Amino acid sequence: MSLHEFARWSLDISLSVALVLLSAAFLITVTRIVMGPTLPDRVLGLDMLTSVAIGFIAVIGIDTGFTLYIDIAIALGLVGFLATVALARFIMARGKTEEERVEQLQAAANAARAGEKT
Amino acid sequence: MIADISTIIASLLILAGSAFAAVAALGILRLPDIYTRMHAASKAGSVGSAMLLIALAITADETPVVLRALAAVAFFLLTAPISAHLLAKASYSVGYRMWEGSVLDEMPPVDPTLGVAKAPPPQGPVTSVGESQ
Repeated sequence: MSLHEFARWSLDISLSVALVLLSAAFLITVTRIVMGPTLPDRVLGLDMLTSVAIGFIAVIGIDTGFTLYIDIAIALGLVGFLATVALARFIMARGKTEEERVEQLQAAANAARAGEKT
Repeated sequence: MIADISTIIASLLILAGSAFAAVAALGILRLPDIYTRMHAASKAGSVGSAMLLIALAITADETPVVLRALAAVAFFLLTAPISAHLLAKASYSVGYRMWEGSVLDEMPPVDPTLGVAKAPPPQGPVTSVGESQ
């Protein structure tokens, strides 16, 4: 096998492996977004999803030669960054964790129940 | 000759980058709390996609494509730490707790609306790990 053939072969193999690994990363991140116990976990999953999508665009660009998508990758990075910043501001503005909200709701329910008894 | 060697280097970068992305996703799934998950996603994830973009820059033929890929890498490496830091700061100041097995928490609790510390950090075996040596 000449060097040229070996280079082609290794590029083909590594592109296939990369597509499989990135698909697995996508699925696992979506699992975390669905499972995610708190809101910051979901925001972090969305951030990770955009970075995996940028990697996917790069691999597709190498594989098919459609390098036009790099512009989309840059725009996707910008949108992902701004979305994460906005959601972080939202988490800070909301000012409560999920546990605190559950405690508040339980306290309100207990108070209502106590009001019914008396 | 040179083209073949650069193709081989690019295929190694593709393998390493996708492995980094997969490890980052695995870290997001397996690590116990939001801060450790953030450590996996923002470091390994951004390195993974940056490596894939560098591989694209190596294999591309035209100069504008190479420059755009490198610009995307630079932009991504600039913004990923900022967004991760902001998210961690927001979730810490709101009061999301760290994992029980964490050994060190140097920040005092902060009022999210005023931005000032409520109380000095609690003294105890948990926080004095680095000081008692």
